[in-house]
Amino acid sequence: MTDAAVPRFWREIPQRYNLIANQCSVCNKVYFPPREYCPYCRRKSIGKMKNIKLSGKGEVVTYTMIHDAPEQFEGQAPYPIAIIKLDEGPKLTAQIVDCDNKDVKIGMKVQSTFRKIQEDGWVGAIYYGYKFKPVK
Amino acid sequence: MRDVAVIGVGLTEFGELWDKSFRQLIAEAGSKAIFDAGVGVREIDALYIGSMSTGRFIGQEHVGALVADHAGFSHLHIPSIRVESACASGGLAVRQGYLSVASGINDVVVVGGIEKMTDVTGNAASDILATSMDQEWETFFGATYAGIYAMIANRHMHEYGTTREQLAQVAVKNHANGALNSYAQFKRPIDIKSVLNAPMVASPLGMLDCSPLSDGAAAVVLCSMDKAKKYTDKPVKIIGSGQASDMMPLHGRDNLCTFEATVYAAKAAYKQAGIQPKDVDVAEVHDCFTIAEILAVEDLGFVKKGDGGKAIENKITSLDGQIPVNTSGGLKAKGHPVGATGVAQIAEVVFQLREEADKRQVKDAKIGLTHNIGGGGASCVVHVLEAMRK
Amino acid sequence: MTKNNSIGIVSYGAHVPRYRIKSFDIARAWGKDPDTIINGLGINEKSVPSLDQDVATISVEAARAALARCDIDPQDIGAIYVGSESHPYAVKPTGTIVGEAIGATPDLKVADYEFACKAGTAAIQSCMALVKAGMAKYGLAIGSDTSQAAPGDALEYAASAGGAAFIIGEKNVIASINYTCSFTTDTPDFWRREGRKYPSHGGRFTGEPAYFRHIVSSTKNLMTHVGTKPEDYDYAIFHQPNGKFPVRVAKMLGFTPGQVKQGLLCPFIGNTYSGSSMLGLASVLDVAKPGDRIMVTSYGSGAGSDSFDITVTENIEKMNREKAPMVSQLIENKEYIDYATYAKFRDLLYWE
Repeated sequence: MTDAAVPRFWREIPQRYNLIANQCSVCNKVYFPPREYCPYCRRKSIGKMKNIKLSGKGEVVTYTMIHDAPEQFEGQAPYPIAIIKLDEGPKLTAQIVDCDNKDVKIGMKVQSTFRKIQEDGWVGAIYYGYKFKPVK
Repeated sequence: MRDVAVIGVGLTEFGELWDKSFRQLIAEAGSKAIFDAGVGVREIDALYIGSMSTGRFIGQEHVGALVADHAGFSHLHIPSIRVESACASGGLAVRQGYLSVASGINDVVVVGGIEKMTDVTGNAASDILATSMDQEWETFFGATYAGIYAMIANRHMHEYGTTREQLAQVAVKNHANGALNSYAQFKRPIDIKSVLNAPMVASPLGMLDCSPLSDGAAAVVLCSMDKAKKYTDKPVKIIGSGQASDMMPLHGRDNLCTFEATVYAAKAAYKQAGIQPKDVDVAEVHDCFTIAEILAVEDLGFVKKGDGGKAIENKITSLDGQIPVNTSGGLKAKGHPVGATGVAQIAEVVFQLREEADKRQVKDAKIGLTHNIGGGGASCVVHVLEAMRK
Repeated sequence: MTKNNSIGIVSYGAHVPRYRIKSFDIARAWGKDPDTIINGLGINEKSVPSLDQDVATISVEAARAALARCDIDPQDIGAIYVGSESHPYAVKPTGTIVGEAIGATPDLKVADYEFACKAGTAAIQSCMALVKAGMAKYGLAIGSDTSQAAPGDALEYAASAGGAAFIIGEKNVIASINYTCSFTTDTPDFWRREGRKYPSHGGRFTGEPAYFRHIVSSTKNLMTHVGTKPEDYDYAIFHQPNGKFPVRVAKMLGFTPGQVKQGLLCPFIGNTYSGSSMLGLASVLDVAKPGDRIMVTSYGSGAGSDSFDITVTENIEKMNREKAPMVSQLIENKEYIDYATYAKFRDLLYWE
């Protein structure tokens, strides 16, 4: 039996699988993950937030090598975690893959890819989502 | 709004306290503070308790009521309020207590901060600390608490040339101070080499760049200024209190090398106190990781943005420096029982302003500051205190 | 036997994980003579999935690659069938994860397939039938695997990871599938019991009565009914459990090593099980020209073979194949790991 919050992560599948963000039709600011309304346009933006799919292209703003990893990520340590600024504006936090740890650099151009993020032990659900790999 | 003073403080030792439970720790700190203040139990109007995650650390919620019981107040049925803001829970509890007295709702309150972190395994404790970050969009993908601060460090090094050696010097300074503090978890000095060679946690932060897991509690008694003289001839006045919030995930912020929450909380506190950063004589800041202290001295306005590394290198923040920071040993050496930290910071500043800081005493300390951060900088509480001694 | 002229492959995509382990290093780990192994099996190195890759992620990469090469709206995909013997879940289909990841849900028929190494080609046959019956505008058939081999077992040199995806339709096909037929018997040459981690096999029984019998029979049946001879084909792709069998069965049937070469990937990436014949076909499509004729016969233990007679159309020149990685690029994009890292990635060491 697993007590884990399956619906909580199921809800975010469009974000994790396809980088579905939303955009305020009033000021055009892009939000990832999507927001219920724009913090700047506020009530003017209610009902005016449009879903958009991000390209997955971006650039590394900062990163670190995680050595002391949480249990679900132990086998992968040391792995790079980075803050990536996507071309459309928003930033997000994700692992970098398909890259030698020593080659991860601030300013590196990256592209999203579909990977397994974590599992809820041996019997729980498997969660898939975005990681980023370097672009030539 | 009327003036509020701190009239008593109490602390337990910080460390891995296997023999002491959550209930025992808070009762110990609380009773010490009440004894130090000299107030009678019937004069206390309310309790404010700061603790980050009792639900996960000890499987217990409804902690306001629990503490009122174990501190011996339940038969008096006074209100007891549990306050949470991740690692700023203690500082926020102080602010909530302060506001209740300043507004006239209460005359005397006891504010306690407590965390019991060693009843779970180290891995579990790290997971629980990570709940102060964005669980859906940071930790879910493999970021850790140390990892978030490590990313700040890497960006700070990229933008300002801050070095690992400068980060290490923060740990060295704080251990040197902690060695003079009987309450501290680590009472031994360390050298730069040990910090640089310590096992990596999240590059560039090694084990000795990180504050430890700790048990401990701290408490302060707050009282309206006019009543304070009844209890003590060394009240310490809270002259400024500020709190601010910021985007939850680090990646949500425009500037990764500044904690805007610190900037805004400090601005509010300085404004209320009518002072400038240079007027601060001693400060307890939130060094959950060495980089956090570097950011703090910049964001609090002690030095220019980007000069935090140089400040520590030039010994500006040493015990005998221009603005001594973390004379208690900071979170790094004193320990970081999360909810207790914000209250313990007040206690150290009070010791300094009452000239009771023993070998850590800063000469002529008149104005002190406490700086308490939640999680990766999404919340911050800053207090400014002034000595009322002649 | 099915004869149809217009139904075929609209697009295709492939994915092979980056990590490789050399047969040399596996042999040394187990105290075997590397030269004997390499010469006997004809496998130099194999692909290894990292801890964050599995049949779902490989299938999604292959499916996205197929979509990158064509203009179809994913919502027009009416069915997705993923064939594998290492689906991430025993119960909960890989196909729904792929469907969500490519934006084909919710008007979609999905099921996962299993038939050892030919589950993916069986999926192709089902997609053809759905398209022909008008029940789907396009069908997506995927064969992908991250099969496990017991440590120290002979299969350890071959069992690798990879997958290919084929979008089947009837308009603007780049390669028409002229005929498909299957040869199926109940032959227990290789199997894995429910709940067990590693497969078992009948040793030499997996050769003549299993692999060779089914591939030869299926291929001969197809050529008889279509009226072709081996020399009519430009390319021949057979299932690749090692680097030797496909060449041997080709010879038995009258095909030349030259016809087999382009589709023979096993020496470089090992046996990708359900991905094996499909990746071989993808490799051929990477270089094929209009008019090229292709013979594909897969093999799945248990046992059966699916054969396809394929003719490449002019539409292949209109397709920008560069829009997704070619099989040769996937093979070249590699990083070597040692046996200890391999053991960690493949979960050979249990811990609680």
